Amino acid sequence: MTVIQTNGLGKQYGQQWALRDCTLRIPEGKVVGLVGPNGAGKTTLLNLAVGLLAPTCGSITVLGGHPSDGPAQLEKVGLVAQDTPAYAGLSVAKHLLMGSYLNANWNQEVAKDRIDQLGLDPRQKAGSLSGGQRAQLALTMAIAKQPALLLLDEPVASLDPLARREFLQGLMEIVAKHEVSVVLSSHLIADLERVCDYLVLLVASHVQLAGEVTELLATHQRLSGPRRDPRSLPSSHEVIEESHTDKQSTLLVRTDQPILDPAWTIKPVTLDELVLAYMGQARNPSPGRRSGLGVVS
Amino acid sequence: MIEFQLDTTSGVATYLQLVQQVRQALQLGILEPGDQLPTAQQVVAKLAINPNTVLKAYRDLEREGLVRPRPGQGTFVVRTLPRSDPAVQGRFLASMTAWLRQARAAGLGPDDIEAIYRTAVRNSFAEGAA
Amino acid sequence: MIRFAWLQFRMQAAVAAGALAIVAVVLALTGLDLAHLYDSTIASCAAHHDCSTATTDFTDTDGPLQVFLDFLVLAVPLLIGMFWGAPLISREFEAGTFRLAWTQGVTRTRWLAVKLGLGAVASAAIAGLLSLMVSCWSSQLDHVNADPFDSLRFGVRDIVPVGYAAFAFTLGLTAGLLFRRMLPAMLTALVGFVAAREAATAWVRPYLFTPLHQSLPISTATPVSIDQTSPGIIKAFESIRGVSLPDAWVYSVQIVDQAGHTPTASFLSRACPLGNYGPLNPRGCTARLAATFHQLVTYQPGSRYWPMQWYELAIFLSLSIVLGGFCFWWIRRPVI
Repeated sequence: MTVIQTNGLGKQYGQQWALRDCTLRIPEGKVVGLVGPNGAGKTTLLNLAVGLLAPTCGSITVLGGHPSDGPAQLEKVGLVAQDTPAYAGLSVAKHLLMGSYLNANWNQEVAKDRIDQLGLDPRQKAGSLSGGQRAQLALTMAIAKQPALLLLDEPVASLDPLARREFLQGLMEIVAKHEVSVVLSSHLIADLERVCDYLVLLVASHVQLAGEVTELLATHQRLSGPRRDPRSLPSSHEVIEESHTDKQSTLLVRTDQPILDPAWTIKPVTLDELVLAYMGQARNPSPGRRSGLGVVS
Repeated sequence: MIEFQLDTTSGVATYLQLVQQVRQALQLGILEPGDQLPTAQQVVAKLAINPNTVLKAYRDLEREGLVRPRPGQGTFVVRTLPRSDPAVQGRFLASMTAWLRQARAAGLGPDDIEAIYRTAVRNSFAEGAA
Repeated sequence: MIRFAWLQFRMQAAVAAGALAIVAVVLALTGLDLAHLYDSTIASCAAHHDCSTATTDFTDTDGPLQVFLDFLVLAVPLLIGMFWGAPLISREFEAGTFRLAWTQGVTRTRWLAVKLGLGAVASAAIAGLLSLMVSCWSSQLDHVNADPFDSLRFGVRDIVPVGYAAFAFTLGLTAGLLFRRMLPAMLTALVGFVAAREAATAWVRPYLFTPLHQSLPISTATPVSIDQTSPGIIKAFESIRGVSLPDAWVYSVQIVDQAGHTPTASFLSRACPLGNYGPLNPRGCTARLAATFHQLVTYQPGSRYWPMQWYELAIFLSLSIVLGGFCFWWIRRPVI
């Protein structure tokens, strides 16, 4: 069962395409990292998924339904938007009350427990909360309506490291406790490796990479060895990134075949390196490499 | 109850680190049969990692026969790891010291020795797991 | 959704209710005095044949309060439009809270329907209550002043403020939805509302009903003025104030003869020779005019006051409904 399915999804603003040719099949039960530089289309994709935007072309299906299908669809998806907006004049308790009024599946106990656990004062107005506290409030509101899918748009971008850690701790606890799929967008890669088990990389409005993290890490290797022309490699090895000195070549290669050539020293790749390599590749595509999707499963 | 640490710089996969820490705890006697491992929820609330990572580590430990989940209650240790005999350890320390003397006499420096050691360990345990 | 809208609206409703309560108290206290004064002066002045001083005394009572109340009823719809209507949706866009509001379990249309409905009804109610209180309080003063169609007074009495308030609120809300910024929305509410009111007063109200005509004789008491605008052009004017048609809206008064012709310049130069300060012999001038000419008054009778109020209310309510319909159409387009 896919939680988000898109087919050639695109969104155009005037002459600019914010998102283009986006085809994804995101499976359920994952914590999905939606990565990419600013302006790559992450927010656009999330907004399309909750019906705040309508596609220019292509289609998107969320939990089997169309994003703007009505209250039942809206209840299934929780959004923590960028800058975690909250009503400055309403207290924390009133925000929870709002959630209970507006959502049929609202679980007040979950909400209240979380607020107590976080140490938030229910009577405090949201306008006087710190960024981290507001983010936690937004997360509480999103999860207390018991959605099947939780979308978070750069929730930790403007938080200090401690608040960021606390937020991710809370989010992971939620994932452990409730059966919910999560899509978490960020332009910071560092936190993702420990948190995400599925990755979608967006650069310049296109999907560059999408797949399970274990699969991605298993199928990418960093090879270093004496200077070689990358085109001399077998075609099953796709070169993502290459750098050469006069004596040495270092390549990042995608392949599902074992590397048999003994001249290469093989090192495992971390997720950051992988993402950076694909980002760099998208910015400066090397000739001979087909640009576009590096989609796995 | 054991408390997990995470070393993000070591390059070792997170779930493997968890497995290793449980094994070390078993070897050192910190964990004994009947003890409960922390729940996935407790682990992720502290480490901010994906719960599936914890579940994967616990599944690996279960496959090794070290722990067993009790539905509705948690995951519990069922077996301890044999603590290796100090005499055995002493024998291997002696043979390793001899080997090192030979390697250094042949001109190998600490980096060469380190590289050889790592390659040998990796190959040996990879073979063992296969 | 209704409970949530009330949650957000509670504070403003309390402020409005409080303000209305204060006004009610002030009007209750002064209104009693006013009623007593009326009884003691105007009601008995007819017997004394001296109503002019009694009238002035009465109409001058609480002068500043009268002005203030008229201003209040005039301003309240505008304030509602600018400070309730305009910020309602624009603030959600500016603060980004629409991303929170529109991802809860209510559709955008329902969200809008409740906010728009609740706000418009509340606005109409407040304006209506205020107008009711002020109209009651002013009823005897208005009766003595006998000018219900006065362009200022018409708009601050009885039922039209209800329409104005609903319209102003809806206009502000629509502007907020379109522009997504509070200041442009408030400005639009201000300019749009004032323009609509002016347009209704100057271009709609006078043409709602065809005015009636009436011929009145020129009597010695009729204040006729002769103006020589330039050599050879002399005209006779009669001030509207001279016409005694109480409670009527007098559009114009013309001096015409049986055939409908105005006095010629040659006739006037013979009948009403002019000195430095007007006709040399005013009484003679009036008498000579009266022989051939009469006053033709174009007016709306007092009986048309209430139909006009209903029409203007209907017009502004219809505008509100049209704007509301537009909002519903606009909000269905999912754009940020």
